[in-house]
Order: sequence, then structure tokens, then C-alpha cells
Amino acid sequence: MTRCITLSALILAASIGLGAQRPALSVPHTQFTLANGLNVILHRDTSVPVVALNLWYHVGSGHERVGRTGFAHLFEHVMFEGSMHVPEGSFDSWLEAAGANNNGSTTVDRTNYYIDLPANALDLALFLESDRMGFLLDDKAPDKINGQRDVVKNEKRQSVDNQPYGQAFIELPAMLYPAAHPYSWSTIGSMEDLTAASFEDVARFFRTYYVPNNASLVIAGDIDIDATRKLVEKWFADVPRGKPVPALAPPAPVLDGVKRKTITDRVQLPRLYMAWHTPPFMKPGDAALDIVANLLAGGKNSRLYRRLVYELQIAQDVSAFQQSQALGSNFIVITTARPGQSLDKLQAVIDEELDKLRAAPPEAREITRALNQFEANFFRGMERVGGFSGKADRLNSYYMATRNPDYFEQDLARYRAVTAADVKAAVEQYLPKDRRVELSVVPGDKQ
Amino acid sequence: MKHALIALLVACAAVTVSAQKPDRAKPPAIGPAPSLKLPAIQKQKLSNGLAVWIVEHHEVPLAQVNLIVRSGSAADPIGKFGVGSLAAAMLDEGAGSRSSLDLADALEFLGANLSTMSSFDYSAVRLSVPVSKLGDALPLMADVSLRPTFPASELERLRKERLTNLLQARDNPGALISLAFPRIVYGPTHRYGTSANGRPRGIEALTAADLQSFYRAHYRPDNATLLVVGDVTPAAILPVLEKTFGSWKSEGIAALVAEVPNAPQLKSRQVYIVDKPEAAQTQIRIGWVGVPRSTPDHAALQVLNTILGGSFTSRLNQNLRERNGYAYGANSFFDMRLSAGPFQTSANVQTDKTGDAVKEFFNELNAILTLVPAEELTKAKNYVALGFPSEFETTGDLAQKLEELVVYNLPDATFTNFVAAVSTVTAADLQRLAARYIQPDKMAVVVVGDRRVIEGPIRQLNLGPVNIISIDELFR
Repeated sequence: MTRCITLSALILAASIGLGAQRPALSVPHTQFTLANGLNVILHRDTSVPVVALNLWYHVGSGHERVGRTGFAHLFEHVMFEGSMHVPEGSFDSWLEAAGANNNGSTTVDRTNYYIDLPANALDLALFLESDRMGFLLDDKAPDKINGQRDVVKNEKRQSVDNQPYGQAFIELPAMLYPAAHPYSWSTIGSMEDLTAASFEDVARFFRTYYVPNNASLVIAGDIDIDATRKLVEKWFADVPRGKPVPALAPPAPVLDGVKRKTITDRVQLPRLYMAWHTPPFMKPGDAALDIVANLLAGGKNSRLYRRLVYELQIAQDVSAFQQSQALGSNFIVITTARPGQSLDKLQAVIDEELDKLRAAPPEAREITRALNQFEANFFRGMERVGGFSGKADRLNSYYMATRNPDYFEQDLARYRAVTAADVKAAVEQYLPKDRRVELSVVPGDKQ
Repeated sequence: MKHALIALLVACAAVTVSAQKPDRAKPPAIGPAPSLKLPAIQKQKLSNGLAVWIVEHHEVPLAQVNLIVRSGSAADPIGKFGVGSLAAAMLDEGAGSRSSLDLADALEFLGANLSTMSSFDYSAVRLSVPVSKLGDALPLMADVSLRPTFPASELERLRKERLTNLLQARDNPGALISLAFPRIVYGPTHRYGTSANGRPRGIEALTAADLQSFYRAHYRPDNATLLVVGDVTPAAILPVLEKTFGSWKSEGIAALVAEVPNAPQLKSRQVYIVDKPEAAQTQIRIGWVGVPRSTPDHAALQVLNTILGGSFTSRLNQNLRERNGYAYGANSFFDMRLSAGPFQTSANVQTDKTGDAVKEFFNELNAILTLVPAEELTKAKNYVALGFPSEFETTGDLAQKLEELVVYNLPDATFTNFVAAVSTVTAADLQRLAARYIQPDKMAVVVVGDRRVIEGPIRQLNLGPVNIISIDELFR
């Protein structure tokens, strides 16, 4: 009954202590494109009687205009407020009455929507999803944007303005990217721009980006493939195709020195953010930098955690991650000083540890330890079919990045191919000491 | 040219599907709901009496093994609040012959996630591991669970970490309301009134001997259950568990853990303002002492809460978010524990709408006392019952459900019966429950926000006596 992973003779007796051969990861799927350009991916998994409907529009905050930051996310909110054949409020109340859950999210690159539903309610979900793709704009749309404008402003207050250190994630993109670069503003946007967004903006954004030829639909779970294909054709075929959406192609951002900034916030302890420009999602260097992040701050034995938090105890926390994005990624290190400790001292230790990785490749065991964690996390990531980052969402993510939805095995292979020499080279090439962003948030008044 | 071609393609597509052109005039009907077939719980015992529950789940080659100890922070002695939580946190900071770092290295090398936790009701060691490495990981888990060494240097490190966390909580309105609300509803002496981690002065005073005595009293096979979920079979796993956990012995007589006393219920409504100057939002929490998990009204209360604040279309969320735009969201929650945990409604609202928002909370708390319309009741019942199967999807989900059965001593049929119990709930049931468990004129109204802006509008509501609480007070 293993539908998501092809297992060959994996029985416990053989596996305990003996180390069974790892089976290949595979997510069998059917893929087709409707005449209007909508890409459709179907995957059957009957482990629980639920279906995950997952729709990606290939538009994010990177597609916003200057003066309308935060708009892609505001638009995402409007998508839940009903459409031509769905009265305001009914999108959610009809789904809840069917036992379904739904949500959406916006990044710099894309906007995704999911509906997780009992298998018997698929027809309803497709009706709702196709109606907002084909017929979002009705005469009530201007009121809807006003209502959601207030909600989104409170989302910003909750997630940024009222969070200690919240301002850092507004500052970092502005320091990393030149003005007008699609990644130079945060996805949540500014209050001024949210105020300025108009119904005309909604209509234009909808006609430009929310078109079937700019979208990809995954339906995964307890489905019959042929019947589901017919349902998708029934509900989505009458959605008109839009104009082709040109890919963003901004000039590559360049840091030619160290960019420093200090801001104040009502916090007890100072915090340091260091950030670099790194290769895009799925491009050479991306996987190696994920491994670098793990070696630096993934677990008690990781290099930065062990020195800053465990041994010296001069930091309360440290994290490091490769923020993978389509046009170019960022590698970010964040650490908070213990009372009485200075950020200079923390930064000196971080530089020492980066120097060590530049000077000598890591030990084989260190790399293997990281790889084994990535591999186990791949299995964990395949357990859930719906929601954010379930299998359905990952099929869409892989499709958008590689045009191959079933990229699970190749993705894992990217990590398995990373050598100690690659790690050293990635730190040397992508994390230079003399070209990066250094942001300090120190105790003071809120800015 | 390209446009014409596209138009032609669309026309063709329209022709081919015209036979089944969608009817958008009304939402499509929903078919009969699928039934959830829950996997059987296979109950065994090791030679030392340790109960082992196994659920086979052969979807992904993973195993989840959770050791549940039926004592948590509620068993902290008076004056030692935080000892159960710190004892659990120390389990993997040195065990058997391994140091903290060696343990972490060995587990990470296997791709295993091992965590230790403690809530008010229980403590646990949880292991998630690829099933091919289960045999290597279980002895490490057994060391952590049965042979922790509580090294002094690690205790000092965790102590400083926890004290610094509490220092940082002063910055964070969300952390402050989480400390303030239970403190006000339960008071400083009832265990539920203080976070599981305890308060600074108590954390400073805890010794390794305190941790060891908590550990010895509660971590014993006659107070524990081992849960195994995943790509395993009893025949293969039981001998391995016997080898790793079978020699664990209970020493002496089991600790007599007094039940957590039910907290006295609030008698009259009062308002508490925690001043957080320049806060961009006000954290609002309104509630009182709720119900224990053992309540016979468990299923009906889920339905009631879903209507009030337990789903997106719930009344609180529709009012405060969709209708008024005061907040990103609003919700309510019965936190059911071994003893009566809190019932709370909450939202983070923009500072200048604090008074209006509190008023709307009370409009909804009063409205839920009247009979719920039939359509709204059906929607909530469906949402709770039909969404239930998705709570059993992953090995981690299943293990969590088993934990609930163990900790609250519930019959195996609890989950099978749940859907049926939901389906029989009536509007009259909800009205009876609301009258008993939701009494707006007796609840505590706790807010964390910019006093300079919010105090006036709150006082104008005339909800009851207004108390001002300093942030310092929450940490004493």
C-alpha cells in the first residue's frame, strides 16, 4: 500500500541494525495541460480519505511595482472573499461545512493556495477554486479590498511591528538589494503602499497574473485519476487564457563591500544579522549552502552553536539558513547576545568559524551527519499530503523550479553529491568577509 | 498571430467540454462522507511490566517511539515550580556513558530527532527515526530515558538559558500575555498560574538534587507507557524493546501524586492592564477557569468552541477580522487538562481599536448564550467531524493521539466514538453548556498594550474594577 514511496523489500527484520538499501523516492503522478495553459498534476495516495488541492500562481511580491509593496499578499487575501458565483463569506463557510481547511501564502516568487478536504467534497473545492480563478471580480470587489486592507495592516502589526526585532526583516532586503530590485522590499509591504492600493490595482493584477497559463494545480490524495481529470476539465476549461507573463530579469545585485547598519528597538538584548547573496533555488551552490547552514547552526555540535551558545555561552541563540529564492538567494546568520556580551565579540567568533571552513574542508563525519538528517527529513516531509509543504505543495514547488514535479529523488541527490571540498568552496565563494550585510539591532527606542 | 492561435485553442477546448459545462448557479452537492478506519492499537507488556502500545503504519519507512511518563509540571512541589520541566530538559544533556554533545552527535548521525518535553500533565521522550536506524537509536533513547546523569555544568547552562528567555519575554507582548492571563485566572500558588518553566527566583534555586528526586519519583515503568508508531511489526520490535527497556525497574513505592486541585472559579469580572509602552497592538485575552479533559461534554464543547472562535468562520473571527478589521484573527479555546485548564478567547488588535474590540468580544460572548441557528450548528458539526480523519495522517499525528489516550486514561474507542458524539449534539445542548462554561460577567479581561492609549477607552466600557499590572510583577 505504499503509494508515495517505492519500497523494495524493506521489512523491519532486515532493517534493524543491518542498514537496508535506501529505496528511491518517487511520487507517481499524471500531468497534463488544459487548452488555456493550466498545468495540472494528479497524484493518488489513499492513506487517509483526504484530498489536497494545491494551486500555485507564479506571482509574488517580486512582481509588485514600486509604490505598491505588499500588494501581492493583499491580493491573496481578496481571493478568499468570494467571486462571481460565490457570495462573500461563502468560500470559507461552504468549505467548513464540508469539513475542509484552506489557506494561502505569498513569497517573493509565488502565491500558493491549498484546500485540504474530505475526499467526497472535491467537486465543491474545484468549483470554488475555478470560480476565483475565472470570475474573481464582481461589483463587490472594491469593498473587499478595503476590508482586507485593514486585516493585512493588522497582520503586519502582529508579525512585524509588535514583534521584538521585527523591523530587521524590513531592513535586510533594503540593505541587500538596490532600490527597485524585486527583492528590495518585504512581502508584507509598507503601510503607505497598502493604503494606496486601489481596486484598479486589483483588477490589473488579476488580469495580468491570475491567469491559468501562469498557474499550476496539484490534486493529491484519495482520488480516482480519470474521474479527477474530467472534473478538472469541467471546472477549469472555461477560464480564459491570459497574456504570457514575462519572467522577471533584474540585473544581478552586487555588494562591493561591507554594508553596515545599526537600528534600535525596545529589546533587552542586542542581535546581529549577517547576510550574503547566494545562488538561486536549485542552482549549483544552493544545496551546498543548505549543508553549510547545517554545519554552522544545525544542532548542538554545529560549529557556531557549539562555540557561541554551548562553550563560550556568550550568545542566547544562533541560526543560519540559505533562504532559497528563484532570482537569487540569501544566506543569513542571526545571533543574539547574552546580557553583558557585545555583538563585536559574537561576530569575531562567527568570522573565526567561517575562516576555518575557508581554510580546511569539514570532516567526513560532519558532512555525513548533515546528509543523514536531510535524508530523514525527506521521509518526514513525505508523510503529509496537504497543507503548506505537504506532498502536493512540494510537487508544485518542484514543477515551478525544474518543470519536473517528481523531483524528490533528484533533490535528495543534490545533497548527497555535496562533498567536503564543495562546502569549503561554497564558503569561500559565496560567504566572503568583505562583501556582505551586517545589521545590528540594539536596545533603545523603537524605530 | 499568437493571440489568434490561442483563441482558436480555447474555442476548441470549449467545444470538447461543452457537454459538461459547469453549472455555477449553486455549489455542487457533496457526496457521502468517507469513514475513517483507525488502525488497531496492539497492547503488550515488557517483562518489567512497562506497557507498550504499537500501531503499524507502513506508509513511509519511519518510526516514532514515545515514552510517556504520567507526571508533568503539575507534580512540581510547592516552592519548586519548574523542576519537572527542567528535569525533562536535562534528560538528553548527558546519559549513560555519553556527554550532551556525544549524545547529540550520535542521534544526528542516525538522522534521528530525539526530543524531551514536559507539560502540566505529563513528560515525554520522543524519537523519530528512519526505520532502518531504529535498532541503533533505541539504546540511545533508553540511555536518555533511564540513565540521565544531570551534569552540573549542563544544569548551569540550561538555567542561564531559561533565565535569559524570561528576560527576553519582557520584550514580547505575546509572551507577556501568556504569563499574565494564567497568573490572573489561577493566582500565584495554583500550579496552572505559573508557566511550566517556573519563575526566575525559583529557577535560580533549583539544584541537581531537586531534579534527581523529581526524576526518581516519577520516571519509572509503573508510571510510563511506551508508544510505537510506524513501519514496524510487534514481532520484530518487541524483542528490541525488551532488550533496551525491559530491565528498567521501579524502585520503592510509586510516588503518590496528589491530583491537581480544581482552581476556584472567578466570581466577578475584573480588568487587568499590563502596560507595554508604544505597543503597535493590544493583546486581549478574556476567559476564566474552563473544564478538565475528563468532561463528558468534550465533543459538544468542541462544537461550541468551533462556533465561537475555533474556526475561520467562527463568530469571533468574523466579527473582529472580517467585519471590523480590528485584528488579523480572533479565536477561543478550551485548554482541557487533567484538572480544569483555562477557557480563553483572544486576539491581537490595533491599539486605537482596543475599546471597540473588547466590546465586540463581549457582544459575541453574550450572543453565544442564545440558541445557535440550525445551519451554523450543522456547519460546525461537519467541520469538526469531517475534518477529524486528517488528524491521523502521519506517524507523529498517530503517536500524539495515542498520548492523549494514555495521559487522560481514555478508552480505546474514544476516537471512533468522537464522530458519533459530535453528530448527536443539539442546539439545546450548546445553550446548556454555554450557560455553564461561558459566563461573560465573571471572566477576567487581561490586556497587554500601551496603557497611555488604551486605559481610557477600556474604562469607558465599565466592565468592572480596572487593575494596572507592571511587567515586573509577572516575573515575581
